[in-house]
Amino acid sequence: MSANVGLRGVTKRFGAFEAVSDVSLEVTAGEFLTLLGPSGCGKTTLLRLISGFEQPTSGTVWLGDTEVTHLPPYRRPVNQVFQSYALFPHLTVAGNIRFGLRMQGVGDTEARRRVAEAIELVSLAGLEGRHPHQLSGGQRQRVALARALVCRPQVLLLDEPLSALDAKLRLQMQLELKRLQRQLGLTFVFVTHDQEEALTMSDRIAIVNRGRIEQLGTPHEVYHRPATPFAASFVGETNLLTGEITGGDGDLLRVRLEGGLEISLRADRWPAGERRALVLIRPEKVHVNPRPAALPGAFEARIEEEIFKGATDHLVLATRAGTRLRAVVANESAHGDILHAGDTVHASLHADDIVVLPA
Amino acid sequence: MTAAGVPTPGWRAWVLLAPLLAWVGIFVVAPAALLLVYSFCDRDELGRVVFDFSTASYARVLDPIYVGIFARSLGYAAATTVLCLVIGFPVAWWIARTPAPARGRWLLLVMVPFWTSFLVRTYAWIMILKQEGLLNAVLRSLAPGTPPLELLYTPTAVMIGLVYAYLPFMILPIYGSAEKLDGSLLEAAHDLGAGPLRVFSSVIIPLTLPGIAAGALLVFVPSIAMFAITDLMGGAKVPLLGNVIQNQFLQARDWPFGAALGVVFMALFALSYWILVRFQDRGQEGQR
Repeated sequence: MSANVGLRGVTKRFGAFEAVSDVSLEVTAGEFLTLLGPSGCGKTTLLRLISGFEQPTSGTVWLGDTEVTHLPPYRRPVNQVFQSYALFPHLTVAGNIRFGLRMQGVGDTEARRRVAEAIELVSLAGLEGRHPHQLSGGQRQRVALARALVCRPQVLLLDEPLSALDAKLRLQMQLELKRLQRQLGLTFVFVTHDQEEALTMSDRIAIVNRGRIEQLGTPHEVYHRPATPFAASFVGETNLLTGEITGGDGDLLRVRLEGGLEISLRADRWPAGERRALVLIRPEKVHVNPRPAALPGAFEARIEEEIFKGATDHLVLATRAGTRLRAVVANESAHGDILHAGDTVHASLHADDIVVLPA
Repeated sequence: MTAAGVPTPGWRAWVLLAPLLAWVGIFVVAPAALLLVYSFCDRDELGRVVFDFSTASYARVLDPIYVGIFARSLGYAAATTVLCLVIGFPVAWWIARTPAPARGRWLLLVMVPFWTSFLVRTYAWIMILKQEGLLNAVLRSLAPGTPPLELLYTPTAVMIGLVYAYLPFMILPIYGSAEKLDGSLLEAAHDLGAGPLRVFSSVIIPLTLPGIAAGALLVFVPSIAMFAITDLMGGAKVPLLGNVIQNQFLQARDWPFGAALGVVFMALFALSYWILVRFQDRGQEGQR
């Protein structure tokens, strides 16, 4: 597949502050790529480098085989959905959607047809004559989307477009965006700080931190095989503990975690030649049993805290030795074994579920 | 409108409104009514107003001399408005786009002239423009030997005076509109393929139109009736409507004719106001 957007060795400085540090990124045509990171990490700057609102201090920006590094935004075949939607208040829904076509000099009949098509696409039929202030948040969102899509951009850029919507509408829009993207076969570059949004929609996620891409991979890779402690803690919850080798036995290593709990994990995961490393355990991978289980590596622990969250129970466990682990268990039955703070339980870990990173 | 939600005002409301109504009645309605009555009166040889019905004053308004003065006044007012817009718009836009602390300082500078008397400022312009004035002194020091510019007591001086006097009234309302304009709209327009000129014509102008309309009104209307600047800086050589009205009341002692001119002027004012308000409404529809 061909690369649609390319950032090559891009650095962007604002005064002394380096917002983007030597980033290289290729976005494949037809892909939904999410730039995920906390606020101020540089993800919006990356987007603005692609849209042309910022010029890199060094490095180049490519769209397909064309270098666009110094092309102004209005000459780039790229459109953006803005965080605040930025709908023109003096134009109607149809006028807003038509704006880009007017600027491109698309003929009247053709423009009318494409506007009608776009309105159909985002289910806004009947609202063509309204002004933005007469629309709900979700409807504005759709207008912003239609206004960008109608121009048939080579890449659609979305800057936290769902952050102003309420939770239910956001979920609905996530699925709708994904459906649109598949249906149109368009390249989407989506910026968000919401890991759930990123996991739901993306083909690939780029985790951005301090102006660098920490990890680039599918949602599965990013979640199950985080490449850095930051990636592990930003996507999902995780237990992040230092561990030290105490012994070995074939493919498995004995490792003592901070606090004293001893676990086994696969030797090939351990960074070669190191005695100490970071051990990452997802809370839902900590299996909790009220009764003793005859599993290898099972250990006793006391429930220090229990937070009931409906579908799941969030626990903080403390082992005898003093290692603290967070665990998430599903609430399978209202009549089953109910876990309480203070109870002693039996926990186990599967060696395959444990990720190790160099300390 | 009264049917739903808007209660009819009770007597307390009228009591609260009374001072305002009295003010409007005494200082706005009564003088205007008086003007209207006088305009249909006659005068005797001594210049006293004789109360009988006559349309003679209105007939005189149609005299080519006065039609000419009307036309010239409208021309000067229109030119003042256009010049104020051309100078004021970029200034207002630039101030509105300046980051916060500096913005306040620039805005203050726009308003500083209001701290001194208008007449004092007009005399200051006379000092600048007169033959041995500041401007010619600067010119002489830059290019010795050039003949001094004769600016004072010319139409140019009147235009300078008018534009100077009314510029802040153009800048402030446009600033108000420009400052409210969300910068992301400009980015959205750029993103959708609009170059700088198209952004200006299809986003900036429509969204600052309420400010432009208000500014135009605030400049156009008073500059029709301005007489001090034409007297002082034009040397009374280019009489405008304001000068003629002032003359009829104070020198010619023809109050009915002065009143008729005043009524026609008010009608013109009402017309231009109506046109501009309609403009403004259309602009504001989108701003909400």
